[in-house]
Amino acid sequence: MSETAQHSAHHIDVKEFHPRARAAIHNPQIRQNFRKAMDGLMTKRKSAFEGWDLETLRDLGANIRLRALANLPDLLEQLEQKLTENGITVHWATDGDEACEIVRDICLARNAKSVIKGKSMVSEEMELNHYLEEQGIEALESDLGEYIVQLADETPSHIIMPAIHKNTEEISQLLHDKTGTDLSHDVEYLTANARLQLREKFMNADVGVSGVNFAVAETGTLCLVENEGNGRMTTTVPPCHIAVTGIEKVVPNLEDVTALLALLTRSATGQHITTYFNMISGPRKADELDGPEEVHVVLVDNGRSTIYQDDELLDTLRCIRCGACMNHCPVYTRVGGHAYGTTYPGPIGAILMPHMVGLDEGRHLPTASSLCGACGEVCPVKIPIPDLLVRLRQESVDGDTVHPAKVAGHGAKRSTVEAMIWKGWSWMHARPGIYRLGTALGARFRKLQPGKIGGWTQYRTAPKLAAKTLHERMKERSQ
Amino acid sequence: MSSRDAILQRLRHRSGGELTAPECDFSVLDRPEWTTAEKLDMFEQTIESVHGEVHRTTESGWIDRLAEILQSRGAQSLLIAKDHEIGQALQSATKGREDLPHLLIYDEPVESWQETLFSEVDAGITSTRGGIAETGSLILWPSVDEPRLMSLVPPIHIAVLKASELYTTFHQAMQSQGWATGMPTNALLISGPSKTADIEQTLAYGVHGPKELIVLVIE
Repeated sequence: MSETAQHSAHHIDVKEFHPRARAAIHNPQIRQNFRKAMDGLMTKRKSAFEGWDLETLRDLGANIRLRALANLPDLLEQLEQKLTENGITVHWATDGDEACEIVRDICLARNAKSVIKGKSMVSEEMELNHYLEEQGIEALESDLGEYIVQLADETPSHIIMPAIHKNTEEISQLLHDKTGTDLSHDVEYLTANARLQLREKFMNADVGVSGVNFAVAETGTLCLVENEGNGRMTTTVPPCHIAVTGIEKVVPNLEDVTALLALLTRSATGQHITTYFNMISGPRKADELDGPEEVHVVLVDNGRSTIYQDDELLDTLRCIRCGACMNHCPVYTRVGGHAYGTTYPGPIGAILMPHMVGLDEGRHLPTASSLCGACGEVCPVKIPIPDLLVRLRQESVDGDTVHPAKVAGHGAKRSTVEAMIWKGWSWMHARPGIYRLGTALGARFRKLQPGKIGGWTQYRTAPKLAAKTLHERMKERSQ
Repeated sequence: MSSRDAILQRLRHRSGGELTAPECDFSVLDRPEWTTAEKLDMFEQTIESVHGEVHRTTESGWIDRLAEILQSRGAQSLLIAKDHEIGQALQSATKGREDLPHLLIYDEPVESWQETLFSEVDAGITSTRGGIAETGSLILWPSVDEPRLMSLVPPIHIAVLKASELYTTFHQAMQSQGWATGMPTNALLISGPSKTADIEQTLAYGVHGPKELIVLVIE
């Protein structure tokens, strides 16, 4: 379909991670904006968990998510049944394009011309805004950060704080250029102006599109976590509400959200709770005076059922999208979200996006990490992110015979020369005589060793072989 | 095959085999039993830390307090429910006194008066279904009488909370009130006024919803 082809034209080349990362590292403004924000978020998270038995709470979070995944197909069916009983229409989409088409069809059936959006990362995955614009339907973001990013024709650089890469001055200039707001450093003034402009839009929008934080199977309830109230506006004011969500967001019981919510907001922004926790279980009833007449849910797969097949990779689906892994990542903090070129940046993006774009396209993502382990330590649902990064690194060079590679695009980084070197290495190490001869020769001819070894010696001195091998030194000592 | 069936089939025929569901122990969320006074102190402290305002008052004194608060803000109009006892009390009180603002009753579908609601209403008052001490949250179940937008659109939201209906945790509130047996079309936890930190992490209030959240606690 032509619209699908056009649709994908907006893709950023994920492969070009290195030039983007280099540019970001040499941009002091970006470095400063991220450093300041991430330091703040780390401190707030730490103090928000004071007095909690955090390890036990994280265990509970992990178990709730694992229990949900263990029963995923049954839970999705239960969710569908409950939502339907509640008067909510359920749609299923295998990928982002199909999800976009479902949203378009709902809009067309209502003759909708304008869509107002609450924050939704799945809709970013779908690139819904661009798709709707191509269909002649206006799609406007209403979360202040998303609104700023949309005005700048950019993508979010953080999943919780989309405009974190910009400082007040840059935002003031942008709002001035695009909306005529007076230049000002007064954040309250800038915010009040955005409120005025967006209120008009809320009143006139035909459809509201939101994401979902948790979908509860037992009651057919959609939960939304937010501070601004734009999510409530989006899901209450327009006559039609469409919620888009990944299929992994379902949990069995209402009780489950109490623990996940406690973990989510504290991990994300260090808040005990957000201003609004909104639970939607149906459209407006006949005698109610406000709320949407129609509520739709689009359950989006987009690669998730493939991740689901593998016992180890499955842990990726536990994620509750708090962003703590990026806030604590030394790589993310230095290069910022845009360097990744993906919908989800940072450590979670590095383990999730290769499944969505393929490991050939996303080959550099698993290596955009120092494997320091911070992401795994702060993850509220204990996703072993470092282990998954290593797994995907193995997949990108086609792994070994014990662990055959599975992820689409695997082997993209495999080099015949490198494979041969390691094969030789392993052959030599299995033969003591040859090993001894090899190391002895290395020690004798160490002067011939090259001083520059590609990227390795760009910032480091080359390692030198010792004058005597370990075997020789041990022999000397025992004499 | 439909997308629905294709997705479910892929999930059902998982190549990794069947998964075992772990046990979930929620006892980490348990808190020691607090007295109402302790809960109220905690609630007040937590909600005030996020810019909410708490006024302790009584069954007989809350209307006076409300009048003072609204006067200090220069509020010209107050949105109330038609049948709820709060709305009823205000409707009868306003007859004998001048210090209450103009009362607007939310008794028509929003479509017929949306412009007015969005631009001319200064404050809205709602009841609550209790509060949560640990997080400083109000529980609201909007209804036919107290629709969803009452607590969202006016710049000032006043919520009436009975101190006796305070719970320690969200988990406790949900279990005690038996939420799992049936949810309303919309239920909310509200913990402070609308806010954003999207511009360089600087807090600003009232970005989309109320700029002020005022809780009248009936002791």
